[in-house]
Amino acid sequence: MSQHGTMTDKGADAATLTERDIQELPLAKALNAGLRKAMEDDDRVLLMGEDIGPLGGVFRVTEHLHRDFGPKRVMDTPLAESGIIGTAIGLAMRGYRPVCEIQFDGFIFPGFDQITTQLAKMTSRHQGAVTMPVVIRVPYGGHIGAVEHHQESPEAYFAHTAGLRLVSPSTPHDAYWMIQEAIASNDPVMFFEPKSRYWHKGPVDLSSNVAALHSSKVVRTGEDVTLVGHGAMVNVLMQAAEIAAGEGTSIEVVDLRSLSPIDYAPIIESVRKTGRLVVASEAPGFVSIPSEIAATVTEQAFYSLEAPVLRVSGFDVPFPPAKLETAYLPDPDRVLEAVDRALAY
Amino acid sequence: MAQTEDMVQLLTPSGELATSGVAAEYLQYVEALSDEDLRGFHRDMVRSRAFDTEAENLQRQGQMALWPPNRGQEAAQVGSARAARRQDHIFPAYREHAVGMIRGLDPLKLIEMMRGNSHGGWDPAETGNFHLYTLVIGSHALHATGYAMGIGLDGKTGTGDAERDEAVIVYFGDGATSQGDVSEAFVFAASYQTPQVFFIQNNQWAISVPVSVQSRIPLYLRPRGFGIPSVQVDGNDVLASYAVSAKHLDDARAGRGPSLIEAMTYRMGAHTTSDDPTKYRTNDETESWLARDPIARFESYLRGRGESDAFFASVAEEAADLAADVRRRTLELQAPPASVAFEHVYSEPHPVTQSQYEWLREYEASLGGDA
Repeated sequence: MSQHGTMTDKGADAATLTERDIQELPLAKALNAGLRKAMEDDDRVLLMGEDIGPLGGVFRVTEHLHRDFGPKRVMDTPLAESGIIGTAIGLAMRGYRPVCEIQFDGFIFPGFDQITTQLAKMTSRHQGAVTMPVVIRVPYGGHIGAVEHHQESPEAYFAHTAGLRLVSPSTPHDAYWMIQEAIASNDPVMFFEPKSRYWHKGPVDLSSNVAALHSSKVVRTGEDVTLVGHGAMVNVLMQAAEIAAGEGTSIEVVDLRSLSPIDYAPIIESVRKTGRLVVASEAPGFVSIPSEIAATVTEQAFYSLEAPVLRVSGFDVPFPPAKLETAYLPDPDRVLEAVDRALAY
Repeated sequence: MAQTEDMVQLLTPSGELATSGVAAEYLQYVEALSDEDLRGFHRDMVRSRAFDTEAENLQRQGQMALWPPNRGQEAAQVGSARAARRQDHIFPAYREHAVGMIRGLDPLKLIEMMRGNSHGGWDPAETGNFHLYTLVIGSHALHATGYAMGIGLDGKTGTGDAERDEAVIVYFGDGATSQGDVSEAFVFAASYQTPQVFFIQNNQWAISVPVSVQSRIPLYLRPRGFGIPSVQVDGNDVLASYAVSAKHLDDARAGRGPSLIEAMTYRMGAHTTSDDPTKYRTNDETESWLARDPIARFESYLRGRGESDAFFASVAEEAADLAADVRRRTLELQAPPASVAFEHVYSEPHPVTQSQYEWLREYEASLGGDA
């Protein structure tokens, strides 16, 4: 985990702290601040999950919120994911805005039926008479050397289900604002948190937010190749771009931010300029978000492409034991290998 | 069928009031009922039977993909539904036709759903807090429990104001008790001491599988391991169903936490129009339950109290009118517009559903159609 993550942080250091509403925060603390703000703004916002109370969650994202808002608004639930999501649906029917924490990515599947069959369809089944302002926070992804079921990227399972919205911040600033926007949404939002980035600091402008929740964003401009990814992958892409720049290749990086719906406009615009696209994700590549982007960009920008859209992903195997995760997870070198292939056309 | 000596019965199979043993504590609820209330129970059951019979006929005539009949379960449904107050919330499974009608749901909504015109589509705020049917068995037990958690958070229990305190009743069958979501609902309900009643209609069969496969103990004993008190009731006895439900809903509203009622009843017909009960159960069994018809039992009781032929005739006529009206309106149903599929997938604008809906409309228009 330590070999990644220095690039954007250096950029953050450049931001001055002279303006009083810009704070330097790690992503987990930014989420904590965003949750706190959402709870202060609307007393119907509730947090529910396993160990989120006095402990503050296994990643401490909810630290001190139980102390400050009490057990009725920060609920340590029984240890049952289907129960957490299912009761959140009922609470939403009652007018609450539950924010559910799933402890780890690989533990979400006992709640899969309630998410995909119930939560996602509820508004449609009611023909709009009932809305589902439920947020499901999911710490996802590898790079933390953890045991089985603790390092997975299950986003695509949920992206396949209509009725859900999926977002994933890559920076503390986005984490602070996007969690509040997700909570304010009247639709169910799955909020994928890049757990390997939890303790990396960055500037958070507490007074101003410009990007809409479901917008993707160009985070580095370049001319030769476009790289697209979300969450922790954005930092990998930024590192790859920096290395490539030293070798004379100019790379543009797009932070997806939203996985469903996907904001294609900045991606298409970038591809029209560069003619080459590499999409990266930690998840297995088969039927993945990179696959979806590759298909759509091919449909919408075929005549701008100088090379096939290439995907860099995890392999189509179960997430391996942690000592093998560096071989499994795309790193800057794997990204640059794809960049080289794209440039070879 | 795991009927026990503890089963609460207020009407004997021959329609006489039982006053001894476990029935005693519930009699007060029956004694508080007016003659008009009692006539209402009969009317509810007969209307439900007429609607259900007509719906099954309509399905057989090709008007619906499927119909799940509730024939035989009217007493369990009417008794419990009449025990709920206006402000209570009802989470049905998918066979609670009588409950929905009592709460003010237009039964045509059920026809539309089984016909393929909707997935429910009604607004519970306009149907007496009667929520949508749920076809994934047991899933809604958690929604009911979450809703009841919300009532607790709102402080709407135990105030002593009968018009203000709220409770939830959730219906499911014997098969659903095997689902993990139902067990998780028991866990959450016990943990948060929710104001709710779990109401099992044990109709003895989960499609073709008998209740003995679901449980080695009577179902009403199961929640006790979760710390939830429970009672078994004769579900073909509308007075017992009413009285037991009234007591347990009162307890829930008073802040005394969740409880469970197992109503012993029988699905006289098929699980749905898609299965053939003669393949999995015996004629003797079916005949024995037909002899315990809940409507006939209650009619005997009312006649014993001096209710007139004219009353029963007027109820029968009203039920026939209801069935005729349902038939007429079913035959008038048109296919729903494509907007039903697209417009409410999200409550806020969404580029994918919007563009796909627009594409479909243009495509249909190009074919001379009308999406």
